[in-house]
Parts: sequence; structure tokens; C-alpha cells
Amino acid sequence: MTGRLLIGPILQHPGRSLLCVVAIALGVALGFAVQLINGSAISEFTRAAQTLAGKADVTVRGPRQGFDESIYVDLARRDGVALASPALEVDAKLPGREEPLRVIGLDVFRAGRLQPALFAEGADLLDSLRADTVFLSPAAMGWLGVKPGDTLTVQSGLARHGLHVAGALTGEASLGRVAVMDIGAAQTLFDRIGRVSRVDLRLASGVDVERFVAALDLAPGLTAERPRDAGTATDRMTRAYRVNLDVLALVALFTGGLLVFSTQALSVAQRRAQIALLRVLGCTRGQIAGLLLAEGLLLGIVGAALGLAGGLALARIAMEIVGADLGAGYFRGIAPVLRVSPVAALTFGGLGVVAAVVGSLGPALEAARAAPAAALKSGDDQRAFAALRPPWIGIACLGAGAAASALPPVDDLPVFGYLAIAALLMGTILSLPALTAFALARIPTAQRIPVALAIEQLRARPAQAALSLAAIVAAVGLSVSMAVMVSSFRTSVDAWLEAVLPADLYLRSSSGGDSAFFTESDQARIRDVPGIARIEFLRWQQVLLDPQRPRVTLLARDGVDLDAERRLPLIGPIASTDPSLPRAWLSEQTAAIYGFAPGQRIAVPLNGRLHEFVVAGIWRDYARQNGAVLIDRAIYTALADDRSANDAGMWLTAGTTSADVQSAIEAVTGKDAVEFATPGEIRAVSLSIFDRTFTVTYALEAAAVLIGLVGLSSAIGSQVLARRREFGMLRHVGVLRGQIARMLATEGFIVAAVGLLIGVALGFAMSLVLIHVVNRQSFHWGMQLHVPVAGLALFIAVMLMLSTITAVFAGRQAMAGDAVRAVKEDW
Amino acid sequence: MATSAFGQARYPLVRPGVPLVFPRDHGAHPDFRTEWWYITGQVRDARGRAFGIQITFFRNRPGLQEESPSGFAPKQLLFAHAAIADPTHGKLRHDQRAARAGLGLAEVSPTTTAVHIDDWSLALEGERYRTRIAADTFTMELTFSATQPLVLQGDRGVSRKGPRPEQSSYYYSRPHLATTGTIAIDGKPASVQGVAWLDHEWSSEYLAPEAQGWDWVGLNFDDGGALMAFRIRLRDGGILWSGGSRRDPQGSVRVFAPHEVRFEPLRTWRSPRTGGVYPVAMRLRAGDASFDLDPLMDDQELDARPSVGTVYWEGAVRVRENGQPRGHGYLELTGYVRPLKL
Repeated sequence: MTGRLLIGPILQHPGRSLLCVVAIALGVALGFAVQLINGSAISEFTRAAQTLAGKADVTVRGPRQGFDESIYVDLARRDGVALASPALEVDAKLPGREEPLRVIGLDVFRAGRLQPALFAEGADLLDSLRADTVFLSPAAMGWLGVKPGDTLTVQSGLARHGLHVAGALTGEASLGRVAVMDIGAAQTLFDRIGRVSRVDLRLASGVDVERFVAALDLAPGLTAERPRDAGTATDRMTRAYRVNLDVLALVALFTGGLLVFSTQALSVAQRRAQIALLRVLGCTRGQIAGLLLAEGLLLGIVGAALGLAGGLALARIAMEIVGADLGAGYFRGIAPVLRVSPVAALTFGGLGVVAAVVGSLGPALEAARAAPAAALKSGDDQRAFAALRPPWIGIACLGAGAAASALPPVDDLPVFGYLAIAALLMGTILSLPALTAFALARIPTAQRIPVALAIEQLRARPAQAALSLAAIVAAVGLSVSMAVMVSSFRTSVDAWLEAVLPADLYLRSSSGGDSAFFTESDQARIRDVPGIARIEFLRWQQVLLDPQRPRVTLLARDGVDLDAERRLPLIGPIASTDPSLPRAWLSEQTAAIYGFAPGQRIAVPLNGRLHEFVVAGIWRDYARQNGAVLIDRAIYTALADDRSANDAGMWLTAGTTSADVQSAIEAVTGKDAVEFATPGEIRAVSLSIFDRTFTVTYALEAAAVLIGLVGLSSAIGSQVLARRREFGMLRHVGVLRGQIARMLATEGFIVAAVGLLIGVALGFAMSLVLIHVVNRQSFHWGMQLHVPVAGLALFIAVMLMLSTITAVFAGRQAMAGDAVRAVKEDW
Repeated sequence: MATSAFGQARYPLVRPGVPLVFPRDHGAHPDFRTEWWYITGQVRDARGRAFGIQITFFRNRPGLQEESPSGFAPKQLLFAHAAIADPTHGKLRHDQRAARAGLGLAEVSPTTTAVHIDDWSLALEGERYRTRIAADTFTMELTFSATQPLVLQGDRGVSRKGPRPEQSSYYYSRPHLATTGTIAIDGKPASVQGVAWLDHEWSSEYLAPEAQGWDWVGLNFDDGGALMAFRIRLRDGGILWSGGSRRDPQGSVRVFAPHEVRFEPLRTWRSPRTGGVYPVAMRLRAGDASFDLDPLMDDQELDARPSVGTVYWEGAVRVRENGQPRGHGYLELTGYVRPLKL
């Protein structure tokens, strides 16, 4: 009996129930998938780091370009160090491949004792020492399609070198894609004589690791960490991005909950008499409420189960297609295995169930509260939806939202930003009765009967109008806020790309990796290529400004100090600086993360020493989330003693085509050793990556709109049901069926128009929070507000039309019974 | 100059008639392919407990990356083995180190005996060798003082190892080194003293390709005499070459021709770890004398596969002649698990 009572109503509206389930499942799936993918990637990353570090207690790391090997010698001799194993890690460019291969140069005698997983079992010792021999991890072999005995070609500078693949590393699959060779051979091959990039230390027994690390006093630019902490830093790096996606998942759950609310409200309205009968037959209020809550629970459980399954599938597909970083570029060279986390499953599954139960709570309590005698009569409508709270709660919520948006981030996360959005949303929904009354009061009274009736109807019952509005306001608000934010972001990125790509043609030695570069003589030869009016070379590497944070990118470009004003996407004026100090131009992120302002001094570690610069200006950057410091290459070359370059921007003489210059340069560098791109190509690729990143938000917008419409339809349907007596009466007094339909259409139109108005206003408010609080605090980048006017106008028009059609349709369905019976219901 | 090729490197060959010059020849000869300083000895602690000790430093020139400007280029490899034979323990305590020479962390001197790998070292100061070994389960800090002149092996220091003239090594020995110092096992230090033997040998073509391994013995007689003998075994079980020398207490040296040295196994021991079967007790016939060699304990196998890739038996032995104790020494048995490769 209870089962039939439970399942019956759900089956009565299979479409609506299905949508509730889908909405819940969507939120659960998104949140679960994000968690799964990241968890798998982090755990894989940590395992790879631990395998690489082997039995080491401490890993000392330096910048990409490595550090002087004398530091390794000092570490090896230090008291408390039982064994020091040096490594030179190079992300080597493989000709014809986008992604580089990590080559680790090791000392077999030291690493063999500390990191046995990095060696092939039974391999000839001499093979580990030869200049032209590598060992590949199984993952690297699979990726490259090579086997022992084959030759692997790597690029160093612009030259290619064939390496003999001597064997497979015995280490577990967790190593990821790596190649191991002799450290002396690697120093020679990659032109890094005298440099190492990490040292793994095994401490003598009894030495306290924390104390040892604290006493290390490393040279600037070096860090010491315990290998098991390697994942923590990465986890932190991806956190802002993940939290963003998690919030989207919560938004999906919220709209799902809202949908459950309106569906249950409709269902309760339809079953009013049935519920009253149950009460008369002896069911307690608690039992009624329990029954309705159980319906919500059932929807939630089904939705959560589907969502978990969907999330698992989504995670699988996403990892296959875009990789473990969801296309954001955080993890390279590792191939994680999906690891299902029970905690994540319980969290997001639980949230799905909670959303459904909370959504059904309001209607359940209302139904339980209704007095059976009154409810048995039809049309006890006023009381049923009168429970919307007094307006001051909504206003307080809105105020709290505004206040929260002014608060700083918590632990680098825009916690208050997200809370502000939630508060604005809730505040608006709670204020809807007051807002609707306010708006309806301002609609002029019409002459035509159906319109006049519609307006009077709505004015008389603003609370009901507000209820119809809740779903549409939330949906429109969320859609508009995301649309405005994404459009502002995209427009800003586009403008930024234009600003940072002033040249006619770009040349780079390698899109990833650090083994390919232009030596000084390569640069001279490229400079001499006919058709190039001007060429600027760029060198980039990574420097450590704070051992607790990820490295920032150091960019050294020709002629920065001369044309910064014209050529950098500067934010704010250029500081007048002390001419005795070299100038540094910080990206917005660097300034925000490290708290630098123009005119202040910044110490940058170069070549093992700290060099003081003065912050000359702040520029906008959307490419390097961990921050960037730009300096003039002439200064860099002098301080870092590094004359090589990675990229170049070229201005061509009049009448020269890119193709001419391209082939002339290839004649110098060799084909496939370098990559060319026009600004247009770079822009197209960048924007397509941008769009791909935001695909998930577009999907959510669509889902929100659908849910909003369904919510509107449910709300109108339930009201029409409740008003059947009224329609009967109207028919009775001679109002035509068509006129009633027109009246409902007008009601739907007005409700939709008011809802759209409020929703758009809410959306704008939320987009401001997204742009100025959430994005700034998560990613430290600013953007220009850009309202996609045409797109929004179209959206509003379509929504208005869809809402009106929905209202008419829902009304028709509800009015299907005949008028006489409707009046008769009022015994 | 005659050379031997390996990889891209050319190695000098051992040539008779080139006199050894000291102290220069106490140092390393980095052009040659292999070289070692090999100390074996027997010591007692204050309570009279007997220990065998072995400390070896090997140098190898693999002929790789010789033109490289990198400080890590493996132009010279260094290996060290250390072992303590403790009859109360029943098997060797041993440890090993391996490194490429360079950056000051592992170096070998070309001018005198001075070699180290991290905190393992051996150095000649005047007529005294000092060694420091910090192994995982034991440490040794010992001084070996010369009490006699050194012995040039073979023909004035050129020791033939096979029928072809280039199959030779430069080789001298220092018997009767007075040994004092401290050994600590599992952190418990004990003062010890005793007698040791040092070999210094270098070559580019030590072992013929058809050889399986060698047996070697170095004996310090109680009367001050000293005897070295070796044989190189073929893979088919035959003997490729033998040799040795004996110095009497008065200091006159007799060099044995190949046919004058014979090793006769008296008893074998099978290693439970590697399955190698070693003739741990031998009768040695050298010239007209015959000695019975008896191990301090049977299990003195040293598994050096992690560093030099071989397993061998290096054991303290007691020497008897006609049933009478005559002294102490070390017996080395190589190539009993797999053919030895240098």
C-alpha cells in the first residue's frame, strides 16, 4: 500500500519525475567525475614522484635549467646524509611530437641504491653508462611505440640525436612516461654541463628529517621537500579550478532541488483531496509528510545512483579524451588509472539525495499542515502556497550576499564569493513575493477582458506568481551570470591575445619541453634571414619566489624596457623607478599572489643568486596561472649567463610572406626542428581551447534553462488545477474557452516577463561577483565586463516565448476536465 | 706502444722490462683498464677473538664518454669491497661501494695510494696505509705498517697470466703489514691487531677470454716468510696458467714457474645462497713445499653482484706444513658461480 502510494504519483508524471532524476544525476555526476579524475591524477602523480624518489627522505629541487652541481657535492658531503643521488631532468623534444618526453639523467651507482625502480633488472652496467643509450619506462615505450633495440631520436638545441633503446625500466607503471640515461651523458647531450636539477637524499638513521630540512639553508631558487608531499603541492595547484567545477555541480544540484520542489508542489496540489482523505482515514500529519518526503528521497536516490554511474563514465571518457587535468594542462606525462573513491561517492551521492529531500520538504510540510476538511474542498489554494516567508529574510540575504562579496579569500579560495552568489540567489527567491507585488502593481490595467482578468488574477495572488517565478528566476539568473562572465572572459582573452601577439610570425623551438632552444649562433643565423624587418627573441624558464608556492615563469624578451608601454597589456601606470636597478614587469597573478605593487623591489633568483629588480608595472596574463615575471633579455643574459632563446616574434618587411620566411628559416634550422605560427593561428587555437574549457558551463546553462521551464510549467499547472473552480465559473458566466486560454497566456507572459526581469538583474549581480570576486580570488586575473547584448536579447525573447507557450500548454492540460464538473467539485 | 681496444678506448698493455718506480707506482694507472689495491689480513681483539678482514679498492676504465666535458662522465669507475670474517657469526659481514670518479666525492690519485669513495678510503702515508670503512653494519679504522720491503711479483713486477705475453699485469705485494686499529660490529667497537697483506695490481688484459676464474693465495708465515700463488682455470676445467713466488725470512725471493704451482682441493663447500661449490680447503704445492690451507670458516662467500657483478669466495685460512701450523693467509676463489669477467 505504502509502496503504491509512493510510486504511484511518481509514475503519474513520468516526464517530470524523470527530469528531477536527471537534474539530480547531472549535479552528482559532474561533482563525482571532477573528484574522481583529480583524485586519480593526484594519486598517480604522487606515486610517480615517490617512485622517482625511491627510498629518499628529502628531495632538493631547482629551476628547470638546473643548478650548479657543486650544490649536489655539498649536499652529498653534509653531515647526516647517508646517500645523495643527483639527477638531471630534461623534458626533451621529440621531433614530430607535441608532447615532450621526460629524460632523467642519473648516476647509476647512487640512484641504483636509492631508486632501484629506475633501472632495468639484469641490464649490463656499461649500457647504463654509455653516452647514447636510454632505458624507457613501459608507459614511454607504449606511447612512443618503440622496443629495446630501436633508436629514439631527441632534439637538443636544433640538433637531433639518435639514442639506442637498451631496455625497459623495471619500475612500476606508476613511473609514467620517462626515459633514463647516464647523468654525464645527459649533461653533454642537452648542453647542461655542470648542472643538475634535483638531488634525492637518504638521511643517516636517527637524523630528524624536519630538522634536517629546516637547517638546510639552500641557495635561492632551491627547495627541499619530502617525496610523499609532492602530491600536496600539485593538489593545491589544481584546487581553484576544481572548486570552480564543484560549485557548478552544486548549482546543478540546487536547480535539481528546485525542480523537485516545484514537481512535488504540483503533485501535492493534484492530490490535495486524496491527501485529505488519507488524513480523514487516520493518517497522521507526520505520516503524510513522511510519505511525501519519501517520494523526494526516492527521486534523490535514483538520481544519485544514476549520477554516480554517470560520473564514473564521464570521468573515464574525460580522461581518455582530454586527460586527467580536464584540459587545463596541470599533469603531463602521466597516465592515471581511474581510482574510485568511496568518500567522493558518498559525498556527492549524499548531496544529491539531500537536494531532493530538501526540495520536497516544503510541499510535504504544507500538505501535512492543511486541515483535512478544508482541503477536501477544491481550491484551497491561498493557504497552500502562502508559506513564503516575510520579505525581510530575503532582504537580509541579499545584504549578506553584497557584504560577503567584499570579503577576502579564505586559504586562497573565494569561499565568500561563492557564499555571496548563493546568498544573492536565495535572497532573490525569498524576496520574490514582495518583488512580484511591486512589479505587478506597476502594470497598467488593460481594456481587453482576458488581459485584464490575467492582471487582476496575478495582483490578487502575488505569492503564487512568485512561486511560478522561483524556478525561472534561478535558471535565468544562473544562465545570465555565466553568460556575462564567460563573455567578459572571452572578450578579455581575445583582446589580450591581440595585445601580446603584435608580430607577423612566431617561431618556437618547442611547444613543450626544455631541450630544444636557439643557441646564440642559431639566433644570429635566423636574424640574417632575408625578409625579417625585426626579430625579438624570448627566453623562458621557471624561478622560485617562495618555497611554499609553485614556481613562476620568468620571461626574458628582447627590448621589453623600451616599448613596455605600447606592447604590454599593462594594468595601471608605469612606476617611476630607481634607474640603478633593473626593471621587472609582473603579471597580475604574481602581483596578487605575492603582494607586489609597482615601485616595490623584488628579488629574483637567477643562476643561484638573488638579484634585485624594481617592479615597473603590472600586466594582464591569462596564460600562466602561477604567475610570470617579465624582464629585458639583455639584463637576463647578463645576470643568468644564459644566451639561448626559446621563441621569437618576427616582423616581416613589406612584400614578404610568412611562407617565404618560414622556408628560409627552415633552411637554417632544419625542417621539423621548429614550429611556426601566425598570430591568427595562435589566437584561433587559444580561443578554441578556451571554448572547450567552458563547454561544461554551456551544458549547465542549457540544463538550467530546461529546468527553469519545467519548473514554470509545474507551477502554472498546479495553480491552474487549484483554480479549476474559477475557470468553471468564468465559463459559466460566458467567458469563452479561447478567452480563458488567452488569459492564461497573458498570465504566463507577465509572469515570465517579471521573472526574466528579476532573473536578468540577479544574473548581472552574480556575474559581477563571478568576475570581480570569484575569478580574481581563484585565478588572480581580472577581466573587462562585457555584456553579450545581442545574445542576451535573443535569450530573453526566446525565454519569454517559451514561458508563454509553457504556461498555455500547462493550463490546457490542467483545464482538460469540463467546466460543469469543476464547479460541482465545490460541494 | 701496444694497446688493446675496447669500446672507443685504447688501453696500454703490460710490457716486460719497464721498471716500476715508487712511490709513483703506488698510485693509480688510469690508462689501464683495471687496477686494484687489495688488503687481506687476520687480526685478534683483546679477548683473543680472531677475525679475517678484507678491504679492496678497484679501479676500472670502461672506455666510455672519454671526450665528455661533464664532471659526471664515467671515465674512471671505482669500487670498494669490505668484509669481516667472524667465526662466531658464521658468514661474512660485507658491504660494497661503487662510484664514478669525479667531483671530489670519489677520487683516485695517480701519484700515490690514495683512493676514496665517499667515506670509504685507503691512503698511503709514508710506509703506513690507513683505511676507513663505514659500512652499513660495521666500521673499520685500521693502520697497516710495512715491516718488510715490498715483493715485485713475476719478472720484476710483470706477472704473466696466460700464454700470450700481453696477458700480464703489473703486480707487487706487501706482506707482513703490522695491523692495528678498531673494528666495530653493530656499533660495538673493539681494538684489534694482527698481520695483513697488500696486493697492488694493474692490467688491461688480465684474464684470457677462455678463462673461467682464478684461485689465489697470499700467506704470511710466522717465521717472516711470505708466499703468493695463483692459478687461472679454463672453462673446460683445465689450467691456463699458474704462478707465484716465495720469499724466505732472509729476504731472498724465488719465483715459481707455471708447472711449479699446484692447487689440490681437499674439501668443498656449497653456498646455500648461490649454489656455488668452492674448494674451501686446499693443498698447495709450490716448488718442493706443500701446505694445507684450512678456512677460518666455510662460508666466506662475498656477493658483489650489486657493484662489480660477480660472486667470489674470499676467506681467511690457516696454513699447515706437515701438520704443523706455519702461519695465516687469505685464499681467493673466483669464477665458481659464473665465469669471471673483469
